[in-house]
Amino acid sequence: MEILNLEGTEDTPKIILDKKNGIFEISGRSLPEDSAEFYRPVLEWIAKYGAEPHPATEFVFKLEYFNTASSKLILDVLSALEDIKGMRIVWYFHEDDEDMEEAGQEFSELVEIPFEFKTY
Amino acid sequence: MKFIYDLHRTMMSQKLILVYQGDFTQESTKSILSMAERNLDSSGEESSIKRKVFNVMVEALQNIVKHSDELVEGQMRSHAAIFLIGKEANRYSIMSGNPIRKENVSKLQAALERINGLEKEGLKDLYKEIIKNTTISEKGGAGLGFVDMARKSGEKLEFEFPEMSAEYCFFCLKVNVPRDSE
Repeated sequence: MEILNLEGTEDTPKIILDKKNGIFEISGRSLPEDSAEFYRPVLEWIAKYGAEPHPATEFVFKLEYFNTASSKLILDVLSALEDIKGMRIVWYFHEDDEDMEEAGQEFSELVEIPFEFKTY
Repeated sequence: MKFIYDLHRTMMSQKLILVYQGDFTQESTKSILSMAERNLDSSGEESSIKRKVFNVMVEALQNIVKHSDELVEGQMRSHAAIFLIGKEANRYSIMSGNPIRKENVSKLQAALERINGLEKEGLKDLYKEIIKNTTISEKGGAGLGFVDMARKSGEKLEFEFPEMSAEYCFFCLKVNVPRDSE
């Protein structure tokens, strides 16, 4: 399966989705002009991966900042992951960033996937 | 050219550290954000306060960009908008002003009053409700950005709608981010 690898920019996150090496990560800042357009390839990739997933998957979110338009798309990503067996989310937040911690907790209440919280 | 001095004095007396009027696009949003970030960094502001200010700025700026595809008195609406940041000893104020059609004022005012009527837990519930039940294409109607601004600031949103013309009001918004508390 092909790798989705997007370099991060000042307004879009870095994304690596690599089935072969078992790396699934979204990190950095997310405030794109058109969040639906930006996350479309991510959702498409997850849909394909969901057809033949690994028995266990650890999907990492390590976001420094996201805007409200991105938050809806992050929920869409989580909802897509929800349907994949063996899915786990690792939600990183900066140790003094209570807002990012709380955001992760709220997402965890909106989907039925185990969340693990880690600081960086 | 006394207006230059007057403008300068107004900025000083209102404790404004940034004023922007002009074209509001994603590109100008990024420039304004990086300028403000540099300012916050050089003043050694606490990172949690910095993040909240950044957060509120993004939502305020993107609100203006999102509602820019309309002409007001021959000008693009985004060109007729203004964005300001004030810095006082105990708080930052993120302020914006942009034209709004009179028929849309009551709906926006009701949404803002609803948000101001809620405390922390109520805002959290409203945020979750909106994020679950709306799609991204519903252009700003959900007001998720305003809910987020209220949550990040921890204070009530201040707003006014002075009249511009027969068709338009000027939507003025002020969001305060306290500096001393955390």
